[in-house]
Amino acid sequence: MNDFQELYQEIVMDHNRRPRNFGELENPTSFANGFNPLCGDEINVYLELVDDQIVDISFNGDGCAISKSSASMLTDGVKGKNVSDAIQIFESFRQMLTRKPGEDFSSEILGDLEILSGVSQFPARIKCATLAWHTFHTALTEKDKSVSTE
Amino acid sequence: MININKIRNDFPILSKKINGHQLVYLDNAATTHKPRSVINSLVDFYENYNSNVHRGVHTLSMEATDQFEEARQKISSFINSETPQSIIWTRNASESLNIISYSWGYKNISEGDEILLSPMEHHSNLIPWQELARAKGAKIKYLSLNEDGTLDLSNIDELMTSNTKLVSIVHVSNALGTINPVKQLCDKAHEVGALFVLDGAQSVPHMLVDVQELDCDFFVFSGHKMMGPTGIGVLYGKMEILEKMDPVFTGGEMVLEVTYEKASWADIPMKFEAGTPNIADSIALGAAVDYLQNIGMGNIHDYEKTITSYGLQKFQELESEGVTLFGPKSSDLKGAVFSFHIPNIHPHDLGTILDGLGIAVRTGHHCAMPLIRSLGVSATARASFYVYNTLDEVDMLIEGIKSAIRYFSDGSN
Ligand SMILES: Cc1ncc(COP(=O)(O)O)c(C=O)c1O
Repeated sequence: MNDFQELYQEIVMDHNRRPRNFGELENPTSFANGFNPLCGDEINVYLELVDDQIVDISFNGDGCAISKSSASMLTDGVKGKNVSDAIQIFESFRQMLTRKPGEDFSSEILGDLEILSGVSQFPARIKCATLAWHTFHTALTEKDKSVSTE
Repeated sequence: MININKIRNDFPILSKKINGHQLVYLDNAATTHKPRSVINSLVDFYENYNSNVHRGVHTLSMEATDQFEEARQKISSFINSETPQSIIWTRNASESLNIISYSWGYKNISEGDEILLSPMEHHSNLIPWQELARAKGAKIKYLSLNEDGTLDLSNIDELMTSNTKLVSIVHVSNALGTINPVKQLCDKAHEVGALFVLDGAQSVPHMLVDVQELDCDFFVFSGHKMMGPTGIGVLYGKMEILEKMDPVFTGGEMVLEVTYEKASWADIPMKFEAGTPNIADSIALGAAVDYLQNIGMGNIHDYEKTITSYGLQKFQELESEGVTLFGPKSSDLKGAVFSFHIPNIHPHDLGTILDGLGIAVRTGHHCAMPLIRSLGVSATARASFYVYNTLDEVDMLIEGIKSAIRYFSDGSN
């Protein structure tokens, strides 16, 4: 397997071709915009929170396969979760991507998202994978804000 | 004629393996590799005559000064400037342009004046003028662009008028490869009484440039894009204009006489070179000029033209796959720079996939954000060639693009 095939695995390519939860929510309770000035990638995350639960989530925007599939898998991974669980997934995901070579990460709560662990070997692409997550985190904690990866 | 194998052997980095593949370096518009003679020149300076210039009577200092000034002389004859004095050392093309803006611009541009640029300027030849225009209440106007990425000069008389005080244009575009008709634009600028600044960052590494024949008032470029080291660049200016300009930086080395109250300036070029200059890199840039002249700028240009023609032909084969190549489609109008877009493959993904095959290309907006946006895309992939690249490497690029397209459409390669 080529290095790039490890990065662009079938599940990633599938989410890139057919992103889940793509588009705008009709009645979002929260929204955030994320921008990576380095490459021009832009992502919007829409949330519908009821009490402490993410009842619905969607995203749209323009980005590379890594940022798009990461966003798509994010929406799948946190939909229906409560806020503190979602934040825990966010933390584990971030730890997985920014870990040092050989360092472990807790994969139990990540599920399919573990597929993206290979991104950590492509330092130039880590921000692509985390853009949606930072945007999501902002939507969750600050509401209607913009974030930038820089 | 060019002996490509001999040239390639002069560049140690070209034998490097990247991800298990022979390096195919196609990011020359960003920076070029250095031949052994340039690398050796740096080592030679630090090992054998490292010393400060212009202020010692000891042997090493005199040798360093001689070599430093000889390098200035080499640059001067390379671009055929009137005198070595008209060659000012800077860090890079960006700093050269900023010096023109801060020194000449702030003194001579006033409210209502117009600065004319092209829509394909590098941010370095855009933002200094935006800042100047904002500070002075001047106005920036842009030439029009044809569909093929060449300049549309049909409305030039409306755009260049007696209000125009400065015209600053890129000689060869780093984003599209377009070779601009700069002689015509320079003559036109002079007709209306404007100064003409030429950004030669992408031209002087690849073709013969004669600043006197062009008659440009300023010419700027970076050493690192022409086989020289990073951190050294050039500002050429006509002497009569430089004489009327004030220094932007002051301090040591640039003064004639200093009292506790005031100072008077040294002659040009020292007036513009405050502090200890970049001695080693200036001398190494001289070595790069020697290397280029040894091959011959005419030979380099001719050889790269074959690469451009071949690349244009190969990219045509990719049209059926939906690949869009931006910029002119003739090797007379374009350098060996290929900026392109593939539907459904983001340039960053392509860049990563090509890197996996050892092929280095640049992806993004290439420091020309407004231009790239006007093409209707957020980023492009760009392959830019130099004299040490081969036609085989064009083929490898095309094959790499094809396998990326296959992989992204059905997951096979
Ligand atoms: C056309 C052009 N002008 C100016 C520059 C700026 O050069 P530097 O970054 O060396 O100052 C570049 C570099 O990319 C360029 O391509």
